[in-house]
Amino acid sequence: MAMMTYLEAIRKGIEEEMARDENVVIFGEDVGGVKGGVFGVTKGLAEQFGDDRCFNTPLTEGQIGGLAVGLGLVGYRAIGEFQFADYILPAVNQLISEASRMRYRTKGDWTAPIVYRAPYGGGVRGGLYHSQSTEKVLFGQPGLRIVTPSSPHDAKGLIKAAIRSDDPVLFYEHKRLYRLLKEDVSEEDYVVPLDKANVVREGDDITVIGYGMVLNHALKAAETLSKEGYEAEVVDARSLYPLDKETLVKAAKKTGKVLLVTEDNLEGSIMSEISAIIAEEALFDLDAPIRRLAGPDSPSMPYSIALEREFLVNEEKVTNAMRELAEF
Amino acid sequence: MSIKIIEMPHLGESVTEASIAVWLVSEGDRIEKYDPIAEAVSDKVTTEIPSNYSGIVKEFLIDIDTDVEIGTPMVKIQTDEEGEDEAAGSSEVEIETGEEFTDHINEEIDKEAEREPMERQTTSDAKQSTSKNIQKDSDSAARYSPAVVRISQERGIDLSQVEGTGKHGRITRKDVLAFDVDSQQSAAQQPSEMKPNRSEETVPAKDESARPQKAASAASVQSNGDEVVPADGIRKAIAKKMVQSSTEIPHAWLMVEADVTNIVKLREQTKTAFKEQEGVSLSYFPFFVKAVVQALKKHPVINTSWDNGNIVYHKDINISVAVATDEHLFVPVIQQADRYSLNGLSKEVSRLAGLARQGKLTTSDMQGGTMTVNNTGSFGSVQSMGIINHPQAAILQVESINKRFVPTEDGGFKAADMVNLCLSIDHRIIDGLQAGRFLQTVKENLGRFSDESDLY
Repeated sequence: MAMMTYLEAIRKGIEEEMARDENVVIFGEDVGGVKGGVFGVTKGLAEQFGDDRCFNTPLTEGQIGGLAVGLGLVGYRAIGEFQFADYILPAVNQLISEASRMRYRTKGDWTAPIVYRAPYGGGVRGGLYHSQSTEKVLFGQPGLRIVTPSSPHDAKGLIKAAIRSDDPVLFYEHKRLYRLLKEDVSEEDYVVPLDKANVVREGDDITVIGYGMVLNHALKAAETLSKEGYEAEVVDARSLYPLDKETLVKAAKKTGKVLLVTEDNLEGSIMSEISAIIAEEALFDLDAPIRRLAGPDSPSMPYSIALEREFLVNEEKVTNAMRELAEF
Repeated sequence: MSIKIIEMPHLGESVTEASIAVWLVSEGDRIEKYDPIAEAVSDKVTTEIPSNYSGIVKEFLIDIDTDVEIGTPMVKIQTDEEGEDEAAGSSEVEIETGEEFTDHINEEIDKEAEREPMERQTTSDAKQSTSKNIQKDSDSAARYSPAVVRISQERGIDLSQVEGTGKHGRITRKDVLAFDVDSQQSAAQQPSEMKPNRSEETVPAKDESARPQKAASAASVQSNGDEVVPADGIRKAIAKKMVQSSTEIPHAWLMVEADVTNIVKLREQTKTAFKEQEGVSLSYFPFFVKAVVQALKKHPVINTSWDNGNIVYHKDINISVAVATDEHLFVPVIQQADRYSLNGLSKEVSRLAGLARQGKLTTSDMQGGTMTVNNTGSFGSVQSMGIINHPQAAILQVESINKRFVPTEDGGFKAADMVNLCLSIDHRIIDGLQAGRFLQTVKENLGRFSDESDLY
């Protein structure tokens, strides 16, 4: 076991996989050389594995997306880094039209074993171009998995599973968690499944489902409410697509009171889909309307510190929403 | 003169910590505003930090090469003038200071909002008064969530007796789960216990008042003169089993008709001799049991049980047969029915029926059945939908044999003895196709008997 930040756990996972399989390559803007990415996730990888396996690309996200597809087709396991999740948009055509459909359109003869890494999320004063949650843009594309870890342990296990997967996996990393979160992480070679949600706290009064930063708010809020006599079941959705319906529905049925939390805008988010699934599968176990707590339906995470705070779901907002539901 | 603090400035998105690599000034130095005072290092960049103030460097508050959070006080400056900090520049550090101002203003706004809501309350008075409306509260108390309704139905809870602990007295799922059903059951029994008293007393006023209470707690509607008879143990066991079968097993039904003319002929020719020789009557039933057993050998999927996600294929073929007495229906089992001849089956059926009528069936006689054959034809039924005997996967209803005209292949008609075979299947295990094939085999087996078939 070793104490690691969320960022270090991701780097460790990539390093282990690059050592294990020489077909694993990683690239992106400022990813190679001594810089190792704007957040330092790939720091040291070029030195360790050479410039052929860890290298820079031009500032052309469409090319990062397409290069990964091509490398996948000729036998590599490509990891393409988008410097910020906001920058994925120019590459959407490659991700959706090419990567996610490769298996389908070749009847499984060809695969695109790719990990697209994307730092997402706000609360870092990144403004319009460095703070967004873009997972919903690519959500619901059969063939394209989306996962996001909410802890260092999961970060290492998920990135390793993603690299080994023959499906293209969109790997979202919450950048505010990069250095905020530390955990004793196993140095063993373990993976975390790409299609399972995780019940991270058990309780029988309310069920809270979230992922990323807000999940950590929910865990803290659950401790606060515990002192008030309410026990919350907290579920890390973590596999965003396809969703682990079984675990989510089971957790919803357990308490009948469901709070869905996301940093994204309220409407049309991944929580909207989870809400629909629970409404379909668990009607007769529901004891309260399904609640969503999310950012406002405003175009973007704002730059102004006051507005950013207003936009963001924080621990206090989660605590209040959980308490309200518990008392319902 | 005043002491000002310079904090570790914001160095870029995602950077939450930074350290000082080198101080560019020393304690006691005089500096001007915007003079670089230190080099800060985060994992993204090395940045020179300018001073926000002119004055004397009083004290370094953090050590070199030690990571500190953004916003940590870094250095104390003794400024020349009090108003110095008012003169805002445009460095990164200034943004941080601006941040604090915004916080402060926000706090002020919050305080204002808390102090001032009186005026707002008047404008939204109408809204407030409707939400405070008592009738609405009692309405919401009587509105139940799907979970509450389901649990109360499953456990037979009268929700009017449950006290709600949710908002506005709403009954929550946990309230229903925590409700003591026993305390209510005694209330539900009351009407039937009261009944004899009531008919003796015949006090109309009391009757009137007792009525609604009874209707609310009893499962069925009763009117004056109805007799309430408690079910005996066997009836209760039957009831329990039937509810289990019909709620747990998704039933599907099929019916075929079979030509059993040859069996009727065979029986007519042999029944008298058989009775004399064997001491038991020769009924049609063993012929059907035989045909079913033979078909089960060919279609093992019918001889199965659903067990919590697994399908158990039974090795033995143990046929449950329904035996009705005046009071009850018993279902004893012909163990390993594939080992019997028609004669053997006749005797086994006759033995089990005898035990049932005498009330002497033991548990072992009733256990282990893997499929049921039910002789509904014995009381004249021509079509029925049997409830499967849990945990079996199928029940076959053998209906009554009736003479009918059926077309022959050469375009004429003939009189034939026809029988309907009605099969109920557990649709979790068995699909219609498999059931249809099974019935087809049973039908063929029945058709294979001739008036010269051997009974032994």
